[in-house]
Amino acid sequence: MATETATNRLTRLLTMVPWLVNRQGIELEEAARGLGVTVEQLESDLNLLFLCGYGQMPDELIEADWEEGRVFVGNADTISRPLRLGVDEAVTLIVGLRTLLDVPGLTERDAIERALAKLEAAAGTAAEPASRVSVDLTDAVDPQVLAHAREGVQQHRRLHLTYHVPGRDESTERDVDPMRVIAAEGHWYLEGWCHRAEGVRMFRLDRVEGLTVLDEDGTPPDGVSPRELGESIFSATESDLLVTLRLLPGALWVSDYYPVESTSDEADGSRTITLRTADTAWLERLVLRMGGHVLVVSPQDLGERIAARASAALAPQTHDVD
Amino acid sequence: MSAAQGPAAKTERLLNLVLVLLYTRRPLAKAQIRGLVPQYGETASTEAFDRMFERDKDELRALGVPLVTEEIDVLHEDEPGYRIHQRDYALPDIEFEPDELAVLGLASRSWAQASMAGPAAQALRKLRASDVERDEGALIGIEPRLRTTEPAFEAVKDAVLSRTPITFGYRRPERAEAQVRTVQPWSLVQWHGRWYLAGHDLDRDDTRVFRLSRIDGTVRTAGRPGAFEVPADFEARVLVERSAPSGETRVARLLVRPGAGHSLRRRATRTSDTDGSWSELSIDFHDVDAFAAEVAGHADDVQVLEPSELLERVQSHLRGVLAAHEAGA
Repeated sequence: MATETATNRLTRLLTMVPWLVNRQGIELEEAARGLGVTVEQLESDLNLLFLCGYGQMPDELIEADWEEGRVFVGNADTISRPLRLGVDEAVTLIVGLRTLLDVPGLTERDAIERALAKLEAAAGTAAEPASRVSVDLTDAVDPQVLAHAREGVQQHRRLHLTYHVPGRDESTERDVDPMRVIAAEGHWYLEGWCHRAEGVRMFRLDRVEGLTVLDEDGTPPDGVSPRELGESIFSATESDLLVTLRLLPGALWVSDYYPVESTSDEADGSRTITLRTADTAWLERLVLRMGGHVLVVSPQDLGERIAARASAALAPQTHDVD
Repeated sequence: MSAAQGPAAKTERLLNLVLVLLYTRRPLAKAQIRGLVPQYGETASTEAFDRMFERDKDELRALGVPLVTEEIDVLHEDEPGYRIHQRDYALPDIEFEPDELAVLGLASRSWAQASMAGPAAQALRKLRASDVERDEGALIGIEPRLRTTEPAFEAVKDAVLSRTPITFGYRRPERAEAQVRTVQPWSLVQWHGRWYLAGHDLDRDDTRVFRLSRIDGTVRTAGRPGAFEVPADFEARVLVERSAPSGETRVARLLVRPGAGHSLRRRATRTSDTDGSWSELSIDFHDVDAFAAEVAGHADDVQVLEPSELLERVQSHLRGVLAAHEAGA
């Protein structure tokens, strides 16, 4: 886990205590998972908690016990309720809900509006700035197509698609076992197992010319899962290459986006991360795309190779055209 | 001597301070606080304690902890007291229905791959603190994915939320040099997958729209939080849509090395082979910045023939990569 600042850790602890108080006896691993931290981090947090109190007499200190692999937190009445939502926290949820509200044909509209009303009331003044951030997911999606695609996902039904492939400028017919519907980067996509391609494919909904929900089970083949959205997904193993990258402030998102082994924040606002990968092609592309915001620290030859490729691309072009 | 070293000790000190100030029924004088928080007791002098306490107070307030100053009693008019009221501190008790929690979960997860993933997850954890974990059986079937890959996002977002004027370098597509702009940031809009800032440009004395991906370098604050009001009738989306027409498609001509650039080849609207067996591709693009980054990812496997703006952008990307690695070597 990243080295976090003292104040970030404090807000995390103030959220963690009420969560644990309401889940007395929860297993250590399950608690760590629910709190989004490692078991080691959770143990270190609990170690810190029981040193704290509204006074330093034993009966004034917070009690924390996890000896038997189950977590108990006591004598924490003063902070047994979470701190009010901060501005960033309120804004993410409110903007997220309002974005959902704009999705055409969503049947959960009523639940979204109720959640939004309660959330805004609870957030108080922290909710106010949310009005200044808005997300327009996309303009062009046929509500009917979107609704049918969702139906397929929810009910595990096979879909039949008439799909336009712009590269070849042709319409194709295919049966797809749907996995999920995603809105990303201005478009809606259906991801699923395509029987024609015999692989996981992503279909842009604005290129779907026709979509029918078939009366057939649409569970994808065993062991098939959605692809990670991004460069490429890899499941790291010990034999993979260990790469250390330095991310400048503009590229910190990279550490949230790819599975990293370790991260540490530097005083100058940059972040050093390590990750394992069997294939460096995607990594080279990432570094090249980031225009200097991502720097390969090690292995050295990877950094040199990338620099050499950048330099070759910048050399006067020798290739004759026309 | 002092055990108050390092981030863990600071967290411990701040947590003790929060507990002490929440527990008390009356405002506490500084001397009392020093006696109750052990890390303060260990400070070498009253001055050192004062400085530390002042800083801690500010930091807690910045985190949203409602630490208030109140009169202790009429006899101690000059001596302020401190406390945190439970009613202002705690998230009000709210009960969410299962379907409401399901949509809240979805709203939170839509930020999972963005720079605001942390606050989004923490907010949900707070709302669900007293909630028994349920299986969110009500699968909604869609997943919005919000991205915040623009380097300027965090700084601009903070400025919009806190209403703080900012100044930054901004590249216009038709000009090579970045210009310095000073702006009251009114609103942040994601439209067609990209983030835009709408605000009042102080030098031009007019409302303007900025694409975050064109902000160059560091965003600096140019005033205090709350320095301006956003007009109530301001419609950021309308302004963004007007200034950023989506239909503007341009065509790039590229040369691609044999066997390379498959993702580009797939998107080409025209492909022809040249003598050297490199392929010449025509590709439609909307956003020159995004497309330049993609082309730069292929480095020497791709050459840009036109437009020249794309070529310049790709080269500036690659020069950045080169400079970063040469400096680090």
